[in-house]
Parts: sequence; C-alpha cells; structure tokens
Amino acid sequence: MSDAVSALGGVSFDGIARIEECGLQGMITLRGDLSDQALAAAVTRATGQKKLPEANRARVAGESGVCWMSPDELLLLVPYEEVGGRLEALVAALKDSHALAVNVSDARAVFRVTGDAAREVLAKLAPVDLSRDAFQPGRFRRTRLAQVPAAFWMEEDESFRIVCFRSVADYVFKLLKVAAQPGSKVGVL
Amino acid sequence: MLILRCPYCGNDVDETDLAPGGEAHIRRHGPGSTDAELTDYLFQRENPRGVHFERWRHAAGCGKWFHAARATDTLQVFGTYSAQTTEPPQEIRDAITKARPGWSWREFS
Repeated sequence: MSDAVSALGGVSFDGIARIEECGLQGMITLRGDLSDQALAAAVTRATGQKKLPEANRARVAGESGVCWMSPDELLLLVPYEEVGGRLEALVAALKDSHALAVNVSDARAVFRVTGDAAREVLAKLAPVDLSRDAFQPGRFRRTRLAQVPAAFWMEEDESFRIVCFRSVADYVFKLLKVAAQPGSKVGVL
Repeated sequence: MLILRCPYCGNDVDETDLAPGGEAHIRRHGPGSTDAELTDYLFQRENPRGVHFERWRHAAGCGKWFHAARATDTLQVFGTYSAQTTEPPQEIRDAITKARPGWSWREFS
C-alpha cells in the first residue's frame, strides 16, 4: 500500500498565532437519527466519548472525538490507522438503523491554531462571533473561511482545530498565514 | 448585511454563509392545471417593498433549508421557521403584525 500523507506534509507558521497542519486524522462522517439509542451507543464506542455532543458542540480528546455537524450529521474523529476497523464496527452496529457512515479521512485537511491571538486569526476569516462571551471551549461551528467551507472547534486550552476540504488545504493555510502575520494583531478579542 | 438565525442549528448566520432560495410558499401547478396557473407558478413572483417571505439554505453550515420573514425596505427580520410548512406559522404572523399592522403578502395576512 502507498504511504498516506497529509495534504501539506505538516507545514507550520509562526506569527501572532501558530498555524500547524495536523497531519493524518481519521474521520468518519455519519448521517442518521441522532436520537437513536443504537446510533449513540455505536458512536460512543467508536470514539471513546461518554455521550454525543449537544448541538453546535464537539467532544474531542486528542485524536478521538465527535463533532455535531447538523441535526442529522456527526463527524467522528478516530486515529488514522484505526479508521478502517472502527468504520466496519460502526456499520455493523448500525445495520438496523437508517444511517450512513463513510470514511472521509483522505478528503479533508486539519489545521491547529494556537496562541493568544488564535481567536483573532479566525475572526478575520469567518463571519462568526468569536468573542469570549460567545465562543467557549467545546463550541463547534461550521462556516466558511474566506471563500471556502470549513468547520472548527475550540479546545480546552483555547486553541482551535480547523477541518476543511483537502483540495483547498493550501488556500486555507495561506489564508491563516496572512491572518496571523506578525504585527497584524487588532487587539479587540 | 443580513443576519438570520438558522432554525435548525440555532446559529446566527451571516448572509454570506447562506444561499438564497427565492420566494417562499409557492404552490406548484403541474399536469392538469391551466396555462395561466402554470405561467404564474413558473414566472410570477412578488417584489414587495416591505414584508416578504423567502427561502434560504444554510449552505456553509448545517446545510438545511429554512424560511425567513423579513422586510425588504428596512432589513428587519421578523423571524425564521421550518421549511416543512406550506404557510407561515402563527407566531411569525404575530411578530409581523406587531411591527407592521395591516400587512398582507399573497394570500397571507
């Protein structure tokens, strides 16, 4: 089998915040009835989380977790090497439910934005209220970064993780670099 | 700039995250209808200065279609509501009446 590589090979940039490409991340997109007990049990088993996240929230620990994408969609994060096995187990557990699970790991790119100005860097690119009152750790939001769709959530240490399509990874990295240019701090968030 | 609250994910969403879906509550006229009905269904649209009902899709977010009631002249938003309905719910009509007594739009008032 060929060597799997992430979109940008783990590039990074240091400005008013640190931008890193995270490398390979296993991702499963799951559509179904989120109130279905069988679905909830299968998802928690696959991701090691105790329960499903509430609306607009993510429950993530390291490389594993669940993100709420829409009223009928979840994004499951699992270690890249384990995605095949976890997906098989998930599909088997959901065979009696009206649900669809697909491995999308290689269709996506993941970035991390850390540092005091991480909120500002994202606020420059997305039409989202990122003030401390409005956006807290655990919050998840699907929106756009400049001209492309993206989703991000805030970790406990107030850093962000961003998921975008792999085909626009280079564009998103360049956007983040410009937004994090040294000396570009606005100082309002 | 227009900010609408998506009734499905609950987020206050900027216009640039949304895709416009045109006029709301259009009743389909297909086989068996008269030429006049079909013409109206295909081509006739409201273009009011004031209360208007529209469809929007939360395209960059949860991806769901929803309805919005707003004023085209002031950009006041009276409310957003589910796409699974053929007419505006009573609370939306009440909200419009409160701001604009005597309003009417197509067969609704």
